[in-house]
Amino acid sequence: MELHAFMFWLIALLTGLCALATVITQNIVRSATWLLFTLAGTSGIFFLLGADFVGAIQLLIYVGGTMVLVVFGVMLTAQGPFINMKTSGAEWAISIVAGILLFAVLLFGTWGRFSASTSTPEDPKDSHHAVTIGQVLTGVPYGPFDSPTQVRAHYLLPFEIVSVHLLVVLIGAAYLARAKRRGEEPK
Amino acid sequence: MLDWLGEFWTDYGIFVLALIASNVLIGFMLINAIFSVWMERKVAGRIQDRLGPTRVGGKFGWLQTLADGMKLLVKEDTIPAAADQFLFRVGPYIALVGSFLAFIVLPFGDGVVAREMNIAIFFMLAVMSSEVFGIILIGYGSGSKWSLFGGMREAAQMVSYEIPMAMCVLVPVIVAGSMNLGDIARSQSGLWNWLVFHDPFTFCAFWTYFTCAMASCKRAPFDLAEAESELVAGFHTEYSGFRWLVIFMAEYGSMFAVSGIACIMFLGGWSTGLPWELTELFGGLGVVGLVIGNVINVVVFLVKGWVLVFVMMWVRWTLPRLRIDQVMMLCLKYLIPISCVLMAGVSLWNLWLPALVQSIVGYLIFGVSAAGAGFFVYRVVTWVSLKPGSAMPGMWRMTTLPGYQGAAKL
Repeated sequence: MELHAFMFWLIALLTGLCALATVITQNIVRSATWLLFTLAGTSGIFFLLGADFVGAIQLLIYVGGTMVLVVFGVMLTAQGPFINMKTSGAEWAISIVAGILLFAVLLFGTWGRFSASTSTPEDPKDSHHAVTIGQVLTGVPYGPFDSPTQVRAHYLLPFEIVSVHLLVVLIGAAYLARAKRRGEEPK
Repeated sequence: MLDWLGEFWTDYGIFVLALIASNVLIGFMLINAIFSVWMERKVAGRIQDRLGPTRVGGKFGWLQTLADGMKLLVKEDTIPAAADQFLFRVGPYIALVGSFLAFIVLPFGDGVVAREMNIAIFFMLAVMSSEVFGIILIGYGSGSKWSLFGGMREAAQMVSYEIPMAMCVLVPVIVAGSMNLGDIARSQSGLWNWLVFHDPFTFCAFWTYFTCAMASCKRAPFDLAEAESELVAGFHTEYSGFRWLVIFMAEYGSMFAVSGIACIMFLGGWSTGLPWELTELFGGLGVVGLVIGNVINVVVFLVKGWVLVFVMMWVRWTLPRLRIDQVMMLCLKYLIPISCVLMAGVSLWNLWLPALVQSIVGYLIFGVSAAGAGFFVYRVVTWVSLKPGSAMPGMWRMTTLPGYQGAAKL
């Protein structure tokens, strides 16, 4: 078997196993830990495919996100030392059906759309993905330049909308979480 | 390096290379931990007016850490009954992996790097943030309230300090126009070209970055996560033996990693301060010259990194510990606005100011800093130490006792 295919299957298998463990584990913090392994495995696949920037983003955002999940899991839910979640049979059935449906949608969406490529990913040293992503996000058009009237894609507006959205969420979270001073009771 | 390995360069030969590289890096992390712990004890001792380790290994107690390591290896590995077994076991290794991954893209010299990456600095920040996850799991999994307190404090501290740290790192990235650590370091050959002297904003960014880096390594005055006086030992209260060793390998590893980032981003990386690249200078000698150049580069880089680690220790044993609310306030009210101003300032500086003004200010900063450093060295060298007074007679007469060798020899 070719090295890349072997590594892909190895990482994919480990990621899948960790994802299963995430669902099966009943302890909330352990479950979050398995989730961390799953997300790290996903970023490993990105690195394997040469998409370093996406892989590093995956690590930075989701490791931080899972960490916050753990903190909230500990702070908000833990009554005893280690809380366990009981899952009923009906919940299992519903989640399995939902999972199978989602998998079917993904399979339908991707099957046959991408032909198996035999080319190996480019060396991270020479990779310019990050530069391209950054340029496209800051409004430099991307793609072949065919005619002067052609409109080429760039993503400055979506990027700005998402940024403002995040800012709103941040301010909202800070407003909700701020300590209420005495004498400031709502009228 | 790949040329003489070319015969073995099959599809699976890359495994062998990866194995060699990772073993070298793990070995470096071990040696770094051994050396740093010894240095920490010596520095602490000297600053507190005592000697530190003196006996093991002859002079200066330089084998002390090895003896400590032996002790820790044979120590009983206890797991508290209330602990979450799985998390307790896995936590230290997650912390170590987070610290180790940072070294993969950290160049020790021109091309002396396990994996040169286009977005190396971003990758380092990303993986070093996963070290905190291990710390939190350690704190939670121990099943002890002191550990949990330490873990939660660490979470709050790290999530906050990551932001100004990343923004300060962006300042030299903007100047150099690259996130590749190798390219950034290569652009700073010559002492006056170091990015710390580039403009006032990079100069301030260096100090801001170093403060955030100290906080992100849980070093005093920011070591609230392991505050001995209130939390026993914080997140690692319940650990002993090898797992404790692993935690500290990770901590000293990431100390060197953040210092290495500071060296490469601001202090010229492996540059000796001379305006030419050593591997090219000795390149005429063939392979031997290449080896000599690389060895000097690596040594220079290691010395710079360990000097910064020394400064961290110096600060640790000089300043008192902050309160947790002071730590958070320092970050949210001061460091984040400062780093935002620095980032905006350095962009405008490079966009608007003519090149002549930029270089004049750069040389000015370099000159003032060099003069300040020279004055500091002059004062240290010419410092006249205090003579024993007559206030406490008998206090200084120990040296006349028979058999007493004197402190200075040790």
